[in-house]
Amino acid sequence: MKRLSRYRRHKAVGPALLIFALLGIGTTFSVASATTASQTTTADRSALIEEGRQIFLKGCSSCHGINSEGGAIAPSLVGVGAASVDFQVGTGRMPMADMSTQAMRKAPLYTPEETAALAAYVASLAPGPEIPTEAQLNYERDGSLAEGGELFRTNCAMCHNFAGQGGALTQGKYAPTLMGVEPKHIYESMVTGPQSMPVFSDKTITPKEKLSIIKWIKAAEKEPNLGGASLGRVGPVTEGLLAWTLGLGVLIGVAVWLAMKAR
Amino acid sequence: MTTEQRIGQVANYVDERTGAAAWMKKNLQKVFPDHWSFLLGEVALYSFVILLLSGTYLTFWFDPSAREVIYEGSYAPLEGVQMSAAYASTLHISFEVRGGLLMRQIHHWAALIFMAAIVAHLMRVFFTGAFRKPREGNWIIGIGLLTLGIVEGFLGYSLPDDLLSGTGIRIAEAIIQAIPVVGSYLSYFAFGGAFPGEAFIPRIYIVHVLLLPGAFLALITAHLMMVWYQKHTQFPGPGRTEKNVVGYPLMPVYMAKAGGFFFIVFGVTAFISAVASINPIWLYGPYTPGQITAGSQPDWYMGWLDGLVRMAPPLETYFFGYTISWNILIPGLIVPGILFTGMALYPFIESWITGDKREHHLLDRPRNAPNRTALGAMSITFMLVALINGGNDLIATHFDLSINQIMWATRIGIIVLPPLAFVITKRLCLSLQRADRELVLHGRETGRLLRLPHGEFVEVHEPISPEKAYLLTSHEQAPPLALPEVDGRGVKRAGALRNKLRSRMSVAHSEAVPKVSTDDLKEIEHH
Amino acid sequence: MSNEIEAIKDPGLPAHVHRKADHDPVAAKRAERQVAILFGISSVGTVLLIASFFIPEDIFIFVPVMGSQNAHQLGLGLGMAISLFFIGMGAIHWAKTLMPDQEVIAYRHELRSEDVDRKEFVVAVKDGVEASGIGRRSLIKRSLGAALGLSALSPILLLRDLGPLPGNDLKETSWKAGTYLVTDPGDRRIRASDLEVGSVAQVLPESDDPEHRKLNDIAKDAVLLIRLRPEEFNLDAERLSWTHEGIIAFSKICSHMGCAVALYEQQTKHLLCPCHQSTFDVTRAAKVIFGPAARPLPQLNISVDGEGFLVARTPFSEPVGPSFWGRISS
Repeated sequence: MKRLSRYRRHKAVGPALLIFALLGIGTTFSVASATTASQTTTADRSALIEEGRQIFLKGCSSCHGINSEGGAIAPSLVGVGAASVDFQVGTGRMPMADMSTQAMRKAPLYTPEETAALAAYVASLAPGPEIPTEAQLNYERDGSLAEGGELFRTNCAMCHNFAGQGGALTQGKYAPTLMGVEPKHIYESMVTGPQSMPVFSDKTITPKEKLSIIKWIKAAEKEPNLGGASLGRVGPVTEGLLAWTLGLGVLIGVAVWLAMKAR
Repeated sequence: MTTEQRIGQVANYVDERTGAAAWMKKNLQKVFPDHWSFLLGEVALYSFVILLLSGTYLTFWFDPSAREVIYEGSYAPLEGVQMSAAYASTLHISFEVRGGLLMRQIHHWAALIFMAAIVAHLMRVFFTGAFRKPREGNWIIGIGLLTLGIVEGFLGYSLPDDLLSGTGIRIAEAIIQAIPVVGSYLSYFAFGGAFPGEAFIPRIYIVHVLLLPGAFLALITAHLMMVWYQKHTQFPGPGRTEKNVVGYPLMPVYMAKAGGFFFIVFGVTAFISAVASINPIWLYGPYTPGQITAGSQPDWYMGWLDGLVRMAPPLETYFFGYTISWNILIPGLIVPGILFTGMALYPFIESWITGDKREHHLLDRPRNAPNRTALGAMSITFMLVALINGGNDLIATHFDLSINQIMWATRIGIIVLPPLAFVITKRLCLSLQRADRELVLHGRETGRLLRLPHGEFVEVHEPISPEKAYLLTSHEQAPPLALPEVDGRGVKRAGALRNKLRSRMSVAHSEAVPKVSTDDLKEIEHH
Repeated sequence: MSNEIEAIKDPGLPAHVHRKADHDPVAAKRAERQVAILFGISSVGTVLLIASFFIPEDIFIFVPVMGSQNAHQLGLGLGMAISLFFIGMGAIHWAKTLMPDQEVIAYRHELRSEDVDRKEFVVAVKDGVEASGIGRRSLIKRSLGAALGLSALSPILLLRDLGPLPGNDLKETSWKAGTYLVTDPGDRRIRASDLEVGSVAQVLPESDDPEHRKLNDIAKDAVLLIRLRPEEFNLDAERLSWTHEGIIAFSKICSHMGCAVALYEQQTKHLLCPCHQSTFDVTRAAKVIFGPAARPLPQLNISVDGEGFLVARTPFSEPVGPSFWGRISS
């Protein structure tokens, strides 16, 4: 609900749609040809990179520079790796809708194929974190739930809250909710440290530990609301609000009825 | 033997041994005035009973120990995690005891409602002037109960030893530690050594379940006995005077109403506990000092304190190698101390200002005591600004604001807004008095328009009932104290400055729109 | 009471208006039925409570707004709520519609005692004091006062063993020269090369018994490790020498009230405490740039050993955690 209304009042929705339409026209041809690029031969690979470069030049270079060297308002992309691109573009954070405090998650602008092409292009500039494969992401098999909880509370809860609901950072920035985020994207964010988030190196939090964290987040997402409505899982503030409104409010209502004369 | 005979036998048995019939007879006819706001204190009382019942239930399983255990219960995400026995047993109550989670939630919701009802009751007593002679003592007991309630609530939610409550204890420890000279000693005594230690949970447990409930029982008993003995106050109105109480007798009407209301309070508490989760400690995880969650807040009745601490300026002074943490002392101890002392002393301050030493059993309508009402509005504004800052991180994320903005807004707001609230409220009260005056003089506007023969339109006013007219004019309007600065012989009196202050405040306190007298009405008739 | 103006007269209690149920037997019967129905609903609630007790605890139902709910818990709670609430509703409705609703007047007695009683009371007290002789026998008075005062000391003395004296405890942590930094959780040593620029790690001092760390130790030892580009630092020479190739270590225990300060913003290089929003600038040795904290977070002097593992070069140079009276005195 909240997310939806946030989008709707975005002043950038119009321009974003326009860009989307233009890109749609401009890339129809390349998308059509990209569907065949499933085999990773060298020729296919370079075609993919070239396609990514084209998309990059149209959609990203105005901020990130023609050679991804970065600019006044956007960082260099040399060495950020495929994982970073897959996270930023795949969660809709990039391209940014407006230059507000931070890029937020929204419906992705590019198709998965286009995102893959972009990722291949950026990865070709300099080595960086790779996109984890399906096999690497089998958190149900490789992760440990309780250990994930420990790791989450030590490394993640301070920003994303005890139940992954997100929280405030300084100057209007915020740590987003982790509910409904794809495991792949959670993994990539830990490896690449998008925006305000720091990097969690594979040596301090091993890949297996990262899967444990993902397993715990996914369990928290599915966890039923024990004991009644969750009130947002944000702690005592909403509880106090409900105690005054539903609790004392209803009781005062009954008290008014009690003291009223019957007719 | 009929039922009546049987009951008679029992009554006879009891009376021959206690002589209870005489005072029971009198007290069964005790009269209670009816008004919804008189039930706020009852909500608090019944919540206390619910707290005793549900709390006793919880003690059957709760293990107040900081002993390390490995969790082996049914909640999978914590399986094999190291935690304290207190936390593990709270998980056990929540997941393995049937009805345990419901009782835990009833206990916590009842505590929140208990505190909310106390605050609402306090506001009612304040704004209607029910604290005036002879009830100053009961007012002070009430402030004591409020203070105990805050402490008791804090200790209660600290017991499960989850991540959030442990953070709360950590902050409480920092406040103790900040006390000049003896702070670190007091902290080591309270915790049996360094924070967190293993002694604190069992210690606060006994304070929470025995010491403070005992104090509560004693104070509540005294509070109620005073109400009973001094008889309840009543709102002004026709037939209601300082010398009588108009209402319903205890037997049977009030017994049914008040008894029924207990079940209502319990029922509503049970309902909230059934539909809304509170303090889901299994999500917080066990406490360890190296972890923290975003949005760490206390329960609402501590929220204002946390808000004050958050907005405090980063001030620490060092002299001769010693440290004084003003950033903790001012918001954590000094300001609350001043607030609560001022609140407790208010009845005496007001009576000093007005010079009024008489008994009052008729309540004030808040508009007829503009100064007091404005002072109340000012205090509430102060508390609300502090409370808002206590949740600034959640407000920031939910309303797309920045915590820095909110912090600055409340830092300025806490100084600017309360006086503003005072001025606005006072003006508002005086306007309402003026409206009352108009109503009595010219009657109610009916909305019917009448065209006079010469073409002018006038609205028809209907005179209000004599009962209403009496209600709107029955309050007293005492003139300000006359405290001459010089005595009869032209010599300056001692304590001139104090008297000056007193008469200044007295003038402010007696500011009012003159109420309608019969003379005014006669004059109107002449026209 | 201001006496210049003549107040409007009290018209007295308004006339009692009878309720329908007072004179209409049909209405009275209806009210009786309503009360009975309310009590009946309460009984239904109790039945629901009993039935719910036997619902298996692993059945979940979807309730709009509330989400997935445990049927057993929801049934128990709702049953209890209904059974209690409607007893109350019934009783109040009964009182309102069928019990007498004519308001009664009771008179207040003056709280002040009669003058005679007051005089007699004063005499009684005076006589009692006189008879005890406490006024005359000042030796007794003084010695009793001293005895009572002294006896009040015993509880203070007996409470002495509530805890040890702090001594130097608040000023020391487990960090020694040469203590390895290990991950929390995991307890693995960390190589400087393990940390990429922009990364953080929660660390603890290496322990012989990592399975049984004491919370008391963690409460002082927790450290946050952050890696920046070395050129991003804005430190004096000494503090710069405490870092290693852009890796800087701070106590995680807030210098304000002891919460774990661990919200690191990679772009701004700011550390935020979630409890009271104190903000520290990592590039300037955790200088406080916002919020109530008055002191920077203590920095840990770190280096690497021969194999490249991060290690503390010295203990903390100042006490970690919140301030206290004797914090900087030796």
